Amino acid sequence: MSNAIEFTNVWKKFKKGEKINSLRDAIPNLFKRKDRNLTLEEREFWAVKDVSFNIEKGGVIGIMGPNGAGKSTILKLLSRIIVPNEGSIKIIGRLSALIEVTAGFHSELTGRENVYLNATILGMRKKEIDAKFDDIVEFSGVREFIDTPVKRYSSGMYSRLGFSVAAHMEPDILLVDEVLSVGDIAFQAKCAQKIRELLHSGATIVLVSHQLDMIQSLCKRVILLRRGEVVMDGDVDEVIPHYQNIVNHEIEAEMKGKLGSNAEKVKVDTSSAIEIKNVRMVKSDGAPQENFSVGDALHFIINVTAREEVESPIFKVDIVRSDGVLCCSSFSDKTGLILGNVKGDLTMNFVMDKLLLTPSIYMVKFSVWDKNKIHSYHVRNQDILRIDMDQMEYRGGPVLALEAKWSVS
Amino acid sequence: MFKAMREIFNYRDLLFMLTTRDLRVRYKQAAMGFLWAVFMPIIAVCAGILIKKAMAVVAQRPLEIDAIVSITVKTLPYTFFISSIRFAVQALVGNSSLVTKIYFPRAVLVLSSIFACMFDFCVAAAVVVILLTVFKVGVSIYLLWAPFLLLLLVLFTFGLGLILSSANLFFRDVKYVVEIILMFGIFFTPVFFSASDFGKWEPLMLINPIGSILETLNRVVVLHQMPDLFWLSYATLATAAIFTLGMTVFHKMEPLFAENI
Repeated sequence: MSNAIEFTNVWKKFKKGEKINSLRDAIPNLFKRKDRNLTLEEREFWAVKDVSFNIEKGGVIGIMGPNGAGKSTILKLLSRIIVPNEGSIKIIGRLSALIEVTAGFHSELTGRENVYLNATILGMRKKEIDAKFDDIVEFSGVREFIDTPVKRYSSGMYSRLGFSVAAHMEPDILLVDEVLSVGDIAFQAKCAQKIRELLHSGATIVLVSHQLDMIQSLCKRVILLRRGEVVMDGDVDEVIPHYQNIVNHEIEAEMKGKLGSNAEKVKVDTSSAIEIKNVRMVKSDGAPQENFSVGDALHFIINVTAREEVESPIFKVDIVRSDGVLCCSSFSDKTGLILGNVKGDLTMNFVMDKLLLTPSIYMVKFSVWDKNKIHSYHVRNQDILRIDMDQMEYRGGPVLALEAKWSVS
Repeated sequence: MFKAMREIFNYRDLLFMLTTRDLRVRYKQAAMGFLWAVFMPIIAVCAGILIKKAMAVVAQRPLEIDAIVSITVKTLPYTFFISSIRFAVQALVGNSSLVTKIYFPRAVLVLSSIFACMFDFCVAAAVVVILLTVFKVGVSIYLLWAPFLLLLLVLFTFGLGLILSSANLFFRDVKYVVEIILMFGIFFTPVFFSASDFGKWEPLMLINPIGSILETLNRVVVLHQMPDLFWLSYATLATAAIFTLGMTVFHKMEPLFAENI
């Protein structure tokens, strides 16, 4: 099958900071041949670094990556708004971009005038617009206000109208950048439906989104970018878990940074009678473990020091997901463990045979309580548990990875 | 360059839409509406008559009706020129959301701002045509030169607009420089006076291509004379040069617009 997009060894650099062009530098530059070499000057960085991919006609491709990975730059390169420093981009067919769908709007003009204006900017002919005008207005749901200047529109109406115009293009290649988060749920469903229609009409679609559901339901192939480079290019079911893990790594790093600064503050408090000194996460064979998979055994070794004699302390473990949902908590007396009077060093073990939490980042909070669970001696809130994603089944953010059996009887 | 021109032609629908947008926006919520298109030239013409009268008093000559007519005929294209340049300079920067988000030949933005001014010019020109009939200026075969001269003016304005708008994108200083030059440019252009008033210094006035275009226009419309072929060819060449330069520079700079705006 022939390609609709050929993106070959593309490099693009940008400059950090404000560009203050002095005439002294600019005038010689004007006459110099355009700088196309691959060296970085001061304050420059690669936004897209040697990226290549081909998309065949009728293909639907997702581009994913954390912020700053170069997704938008690639879309801008594809839509010819910016040109690469090196490499070639070939596009076969009429291309239209659902990027910032309201860019062409003028706030003084009415909805009707803006529909015509924006559609023309996007590349429609007057006749085409005449024919589609009713559909566009119907789709946007702002018929009542179509002759009102758009400056009086609510922000939702504004973007809905923008999206409807763009969605009624009939392109060979469609670039979509995070615009589907417009309007309420009903409108979003309509948008997704519209994209599916385009898909069935044989259009090539490049979709940039952070919404995993959307990527998964629409794309077969996904390109994962990171810091301007292609990390992975393959089947959606392989790439999404990988992406999720990258995102989780980043959340983890951020949380570690935060917790690290908190931990220092906590250290000042040495008055408590009993204190959790250290916690280690280990595998069943005792080797330290950093990250887990669903279904792994979870083993914490907790080193405790009691400065004074403490009567029957009770330990507690809370596992909190990164968004603040308390997923489970467990007191040490629950299993009938009664410690009696404790003094000096002590090592506690916390074992969960099967970790049934879904892949995400969790904070583990350890605390020591008095025998009546009224007063806590010490709280340690700096351990992070990361569960990596290796299967697709936990999309959509459930908390528990339940083990259930299905059968037909 | 021809490729660039063909691309602009392919985007003629967009050109039309952007022109009507500029016009609509200009006259929205303005009670006087299109009358503004006539208002500015009228003020300019009044100023011109005042100056001409002062000159007539100094020279102890009566103020001729022909002088007033020629001031009017020259003022209109001149106001078209300065307002076009004023809008064209801002055409790219003022539409930055389009320049950074959507692809189309950017020259369309410059051209549409000039076309919008051309609409104003046409409204005012209609008034002038009525005036010319009232003052019985009459017609002659030389009038056929007028469309060609106006075409020169538009092409010259377009070329200059392309250069200035792209320069303004990189250096906002351009806007201020242009503003100052436009403000005092009327003293360096034979609009309120005629180049022949300067005697042997006449060429100095005509070296400015706008000056030679306006003087030639005056010759064919008011004086009913054959255009001075030397200055006419000079104006044509200057226009061709500015237009070519404008298209080339603009085309070369176009890929850099989105990142540098």
